[in-house]
Amino acid sequence: MSKGEVVVLDFWVSPFCMRVKIALEEKGVEYEGREEDLFGGKSELLLKSNPIYQKVPVLLHNGKPLCESTTIVSYIDEVWPSPPLLPPCAYGRAQARFWADFIDKKVFDAVGKIWRSKGKVAESAKEEFLEILKQLEGALGEKDYFGGDSFGFVDVIAIPLTSWFHAVEKFGGFKVEDECPKFSAWMKKCMQKESVAKIIPDPEKVYEFVIMMRKMQGIE
Amino acid sequence: MGEEVILLDFWPSMFRMRVRIALAEKGVKYEYRDEDLLKGGKSRYLLQVNPAHKKIPVLIHNGKPISKSSIIVQYINEVWNDKAPLLPSNPYERAQARVWTDYIDKKVYDAGRKLWTTTGEEQEAAKKDFFEIFKTLEGQLGGEPYFGEENLGYVDVYLIPYYCWFHAYETMANISMEGECPKLVAWAKRCAQKKSVSESLVDEKKISGFVLK
Repeated sequence: MSKGEVVVLDFWVSPFCMRVKIALEEKGVEYEGREEDLFGGKSELLLKSNPIYQKVPVLLHNGKPLCESTTIVSYIDEVWPSPPLLPPCAYGRAQARFWADFIDKKVFDAVGKIWRSKGKVAESAKEEFLEILKQLEGALGEKDYFGGDSFGFVDVIAIPLTSWFHAVEKFGGFKVEDECPKFSAWMKKCMQKESVAKIIPDPEKVYEFVIMMRKMQGIE
Repeated sequence: MGEEVILLDFWPSMFRMRVRIALAEKGVKYEYRDEDLLKGGKSRYLLQVNPAHKKIPVLIHNGKPISKSSIIVQYINEVWNDKAPLLPSNPYERAQARVWTDYIDKKVYDAGRKLWTTTGEEQEAAKKDFFEIFKTLEGQLGGEPYFGEENLGYVDVYLIPYYCWFHAYETMANISMEGECPKLVAWAKRCAQKKSVSESLVDEKKISGFVLK
């Protein structure tokens, strides 16, 4: 299914980069992942490819750059249509985009509020995080995936963020499994997929990374 | 197409102006219901149809609600695909259009707001930031008449509602849009000549009045 050269400017712990790689894996597209040293210095290629944000992920398709993970995943879905990530009907697509946007705006920030807490994690931060997960449980309903019977766009957007949950569970002293069992079940189902299991890093390593970030930001 | 299209609306909202322009471009007949957010309290209808965000605009198509202006405009473009395509047919160009509307979302509203919520040194910094953003957008326009190149496209529809806020920005922060971004102002005037735009934009003096309150 070669449609040219695909490169991903990457950072192993970024859930936004994971989205792009999972989408490519789902489509069976061969790509080269280039790890950026975000602390040592961003590459010339990154700065040139994404001048407005200077962030990862960047997808380079035949040398042409694209940024913003959700836009990149939509692009991947359009260029390599099989298997489809977005539903075929316009309303279904609108709903998928709505939940992707909701996840984008809410989840990572709520995760950040917990791991960035100095001292004891505020109850309000934990509550906010769990409230968001409960809303997502509502959107999931009785379906296997947000995409329905098959793994789809919203699942790709959401699952990488869960790689940071182990870290916030440790800081916050709670377990997602206890508070949001349905969401937890969805996470487990996604992790059984080859594309997801291959890309999502070991949660313990993410936890160690977060500890390092806290030290760097003077939170410890 | 016998269908029912309702737009829940609040008159100064630039987000819903986008939806109105898109519907007008496509020649779609719709009913709009005003949601007066200042009178306090959103209608029960709004809360019922848009529980997750509780925000307007909300488009209701044959009873099914869609919210968030970027999602609504893309939906309108896909459903009424017989005329006035708003997004390019090439996937890479389509992705680029989405990157720019996302940029507008992330940057313009907050930068504009800072112009009238700050003073002194903070306001000077806000002005610098504001013009940097608009100059970046000017750069993206290049030499084309529209962001959509020959015709009004997704990015044009997305950005043009800010035109009716220019007067407010200029008054609040003592700046000149035409002075700093002449190309962009020329673009805005060009868009405003289109019926779909001129009929959807709110009068700029009304916006200034609203901001001053």
